Amino acid sequence: MSDMDDMDDGSGVVKKFMFLNRKAPHGTVYALEGLEVVLITAAFDQDVSMVFTDDGVYQLMKGVDTKGIEVKDFSKTYRALEGYDIEKLYVDQVSLDARGLTEDDLIVDVTVLSVDEMANLMAEQDVVISF
Amino acid sequence: MLHIVNKSATERSSLESCLRMATKGSAVLLIEDAVYAATNGNAAAAKIQAAAADLKIYALGPDLAARGMAGRVLDGVNVVDYGGFVDLVAEHSNCQSWL
Repeated sequence: MSDMDDMDDGSGVVKKFMFLNRKAPHGTVYALEGLEVVLITAAFDQDVSMVFTDDGVYQLMKGVDTKGIEVKDFSKTYRALEGYDIEKLYVDQVSLDARGLTEDDLIVDVTVLSVDEMANLMAEQDVVISF
Repeated sequence: MLHIVNKSATERSSLESCLRMATKGSAVLLIEDAVYAATNGNAAAAKIQAAAADLKIYALGPDLAARGMAGRVLDGVNVVDYGGFVDLVAEHSNCQSWL
């Protein structure tokens, strides 16, 4: 048996990935780039959680109209995540409160987490990728 | 003096620095991510409302709309379009961008 046969190529391994979104949608390119990376990751059948904290909660606002600033309205793409089997969307309660927002203001169904719940979720991940 | 702020007050300190330095009667125009500060319930809303007593506060309408915030603007904040932005720049003898 050669060494090659003993090597695990990693296929079939499912890791817990968290995508942590902390930026508002249009002022920087982070939100759009993060969303595109998540959609790519979906193709690899990983255990993906998408988390929105701080100004990242603004990414999920309803009622967006980007015509005036002539950029793509990608807010509706968050609704398509379900179709890619990305169904674990989490929002930080403290971040909503600091911005006068509630779950009803958001374009997708999310699970709202307390600080402790968010911290535990973060701690149990294999990989955290921040945008 | 026209002060222009473009960063979110819940991420950077530029709005706070601006409000500290702006003298009575000056204008403050919030654009891009800074417009969030002029919306109901934002952590910076109280600072904006307090500042509005001595300063004229403006927010750029297209940036509010692009962020789903058009219906949440604080009382006392004037919403302007791009033409209004140009008018503000033309009306003031100098301007400071808080990058």
